[in-house]
Amino acid sequence: MAGFRIHFGTIFILSWRNLWRNHRRTYIMLGAISIGVWAMIFMTALMRGMVDDMLEQGIRNLPGHIQIQHPDFLDDPSVVNSIPEPAGELLVALNQAGAKRWATRIKLPAVIASERESRGINLVGVEPDAEADISGIPAQIGTGRFLTSNQDQGLVIGAKLAQRLETRLGKRVVVMSQDPDNNISERGFRIVGIYRAEMPGLEELNVYAARDTLQKLLKIEGRVSQIIIVGENYRDIDTLYRKVRQSIPASLEIKPWYEIDSYLAAMFNMMDGFVLVWVIIIFLALSFGLVNTLVMAIFERVHEIGLIQALGMRPALIVYQILLESLLLLLIGLGIGNSLAIMTIKPLESGLDISMVAEGMAMMGASSTLYPSLTLYDMVLANTVVVILGILTSILPAWRAAKMDPVQALNTT
Amino acid sequence: MSAIHCHQLCKTFTQGDEVITGLDHVDITIEEGEFVCLSGPSGSGKTTLLNAIGGLDTPDSGEIRMGDIRIDQLNRGSLADMRLHHIGFVFQAYNLIPVLSAQENVEFVMQVQGVAAEKRARKSVEILKEVGLQGMEDRRPAHLSGGQQQRVAVARAIVSQPDLVLADEPTANLDSVAADHLMGLFSELNEHHRITFVIATHDKRVMSYARRLIKMQDGKIISDEAQ
Repeated sequence: MAGFRIHFGTIFILSWRNLWRNHRRTYIMLGAISIGVWAMIFMTALMRGMVDDMLEQGIRNLPGHIQIQHPDFLDDPSVVNSIPEPAGELLVALNQAGAKRWATRIKLPAVIASERESRGINLVGVEPDAEADISGIPAQIGTGRFLTSNQDQGLVIGAKLAQRLETRLGKRVVVMSQDPDNNISERGFRIVGIYRAEMPGLEELNVYAARDTLQKLLKIEGRVSQIIIVGENYRDIDTLYRKVRQSIPASLEIKPWYEIDSYLAAMFNMMDGFVLVWVIIIFLALSFGLVNTLVMAIFERVHEIGLIQALGMRPALIVYQILLESLLLLLIGLGIGNSLAIMTIKPLESGLDISMVAEGMAMMGASSTLYPSLTLYDMVLANTVVVILGILTSILPAWRAAKMDPVQALNTT
Repeated sequence: MSAIHCHQLCKTFTQGDEVITGLDHVDITIEEGEFVCLSGPSGSGKTTLLNAIGGLDTPDSGEIRMGDIRIDQLNRGSLADMRLHHIGFVFQAYNLIPVLSAQENVEFVMQVQGVAAEKRARKSVEILKEVGLQGMEDRRPAHLSGGQQQRVAVARAIVSQPDLVLADEPTANLDSVAADHLMGLFSELNEHHRITFVIATHDKRVMSYARRLIKMQDGKIISDEAQ
């Protein structure tokens, strides 16, 4: 290594000046690398933004990053499988674990009936002031208002359900469900708000009431179905998860979002794989140009390579020089490509309207506005792949140059 | 590094179906500090012998020794090291690195040898002055005449004071004044620094500088005389 350090100055000068011997070829190659790197990062940011949106939507529908519930609740989400409202050590842990927000909720199957129609629904009893951070429903209210307190007597339903029930804001509907003794509990609610979900399917399913109102209706005062915890970022909830898990009684079950919904977890895990595959595919296209450039550059310098061999440059140093030439080309291309990517992605981070294809996006669980997400990880990945694969693809031409017969090379004009 | 000994050196080349004899059982010893000219018609084996001694080409059979080192048995890396530290080359076609200036070309070998930058710069400026290229240190080869380029190549070959300088038709592209100047420089270096010179040439004026003249034909040494 010491030898390589001593020779770096010599090798660098040769590599740098050789790079600019044929300006046009170097500029064309730099253009190809820059556009390739830009495409890698830009498309990755779009994909990442889309998948982030789909994941965040999916997590809002679960809802929450972490859920605590009765061990049987996910299989049988009835009021029988309720848990006590948090108290004691668990309450302290929830308040001190660093969650962005936590809240309790009641969730159970029910039937809603208007004067004309009836439907099966998910009846959700919420703490209204926490709901903005948990499901985002308050922001999706189209007409009317969201619930205002835990004792609110109103009901919030989706626009599609209102259409199915042939009802509207201000009308009364009857909600029926079972209490823990399997007796029918029912009461009338006035519709105080109608929401429009980003995923239309949810509008027919989820109906929101105040938590305390449902506890009273179902005769389960002091008990809830779930404790929902939201962290700062869905990607980084393991610390929060561990802290809360230490404090929950053995009779309760705690699950992070990726264990609750394996589809979301798979999407999350596959994204990194998609990014890597995408980056490699673009690089493969680039590599043909890179190898061709190097081969041409070497072909034009056969005589000179023979000369530096004759002067006593070891074959390893010739490989080093050609690889450094390739690395310089890649680094300049990466610099331009990264700059282009940042300049084009940053202005789009406030949202890119894709309403023309919104229906298709909605089917995949994404909204009609795409927020490209430029992450350091994706940039580092694209840059690392380009440098490593670029150097690997340059090894063969460099090795062939180092293996040239000096006499034959010197006789080449 | 001391004398060069070649023993029963053979080398053939294939050109299509034809086998050409480059060296045919050549035996030769060149002592340290000698000034030797290899002469003979084209294809007589002068360049092949120079390339073999310089480790640029390997013989088919026979031995080449430089002091205790068997050159014909060294690997590519060791041959490169030997050339770097012990041999200076001057070629017919000036053979400078086009992307480097005159001074950088002269410094190149010292750079690869790992000589400190300050020493390199001082020695390269001195040697360029010695070969009459003062003030042209920053010119690239494309901006130097043929004679000037050859003088840069000579400066590069001798700047690190090698034990041996191998020159292949060094005056072929020079006018008579430049050729005389170059040969005068070679003689001076040979006398004052005891650098061994082996020069392959057709040029009678070059031969007149030699103290030993070896004539070759068809890959064989046909005469070997002191002058």
